[in-house]
Amino acid sequence: MSDQAHTRTEHDIAPGDEEQHSVGERVIGYVVGLGLALLLTATSFFIAGTDLVWQPSIPVALIVLAIAQMGVHLVFFLHITTGPDNTNNVLALAFGAMVVFLVVGGTVWIMGHLNQNMPPMDQIMQMHR
Amino acid sequence: MAMTATVGHAHADPHHIGVVIEHPGPASKRIVTAYGFWVFLLSDIVMFSCFFAAYAVLVSQTAGGPRGSEIFEQRNVAIETVCLLLSSFTCGMASIAADVRNRFWFYLGMTVTCVLGLIFLVIEFREFADLVARGYGPSRSAFLTSFFSLVGCHGLHVSAGILWLLTMMAQVFGKGFRADVLRRMMCFALFWHALDIVWVGVFSVVYLLGSGV
Repeated sequence: MSDQAHTRTEHDIAPGDEEQHSVGERVIGYVVGLGLALLLTATSFFIAGTDLVWQPSIPVALIVLAIAQMGVHLVFFLHITTGPDNTNNVLALAFGAMVVFLVVGGTVWIMGHLNQNMPPMDQIMQMHR
Repeated sequence: MAMTATVGHAHADPHHIGVVIEHPGPASKRIVTAYGFWVFLLSDIVMFSCFFAAYAVLVSQTAGGPRGSEIFEQRNVAIETVCLLLSSFTCGMASIAADVRNRFWFYLGMTVTCVLGLIFLVIEFREFADLVARGYGPSRSAFLTSFFSLVGCHGLHVSAGILWLLTMMAQVFGKGFRADVLRRMMCFALFWHALDIVWVGVFSVVYLLGSGV
């Protein structure tokens, strides 16, 4: 490892880098991340095909599980933490997440309303007749 | 430099907002490189979000063609997902091995990552070829256009990642664990983990939501 981990108060930490840990601790971090990710994936696939839960709750559950799994990946694989040396990485991530939210949420919102308010073409033709 | 921080001040201020350090100098090259690549990855994820938005809008525009639930094979998607998850893990092992300069574990981790990525690509390619052969190509309906562009874009990223992976193995073989090679390796690991995050969105939104609803 390079020297940046010793100068925590002066420098930030690179995204993907961890603070100084032994190899064993780092491997355990990845093992825990893999276990959680596999657990969440298995839950997603199980929820998608089950009759055990109220059916309209399934899409919400899938989206919540997906966001949870993205969080697991960010923490255990990309090592994005809440530590003071990670502030820049977290801020960049927050800005990216905001743009993603605006693009996806805004598109679904606007296009959904357009879809509802505009009848199909053949019906428009009938109204003009 | 009238204001200098005391030790007591730093404790009440864990993020060191009030601390003025005299001439800390530029961050190390490893931090600058990784941060720049992190910003690129976030912009890449923003690009993927546009494909996701297009898919969400067009998912019901099947133009008489098949719906998602009629063409998706959950078993294949499960295998693809496990492959990518395990490859993310082995990629992490390879980057630890690179940090401690252990050639054997580095080559082993990278090889396993490469094989798992190739299995993923083969399954995806066969799925696409099968759909096209049944007449459900990207030109069949707006739904299939958005499906092929979203999943295909992720597949292209995985292909580029495998080329990069092989390049990294060749560079470690030829140049050893030099600082610049280690920086590239760190960027590759970030890229590969970010692809896995995008795949979490793909299998949840496209395959699981599409086959259930």
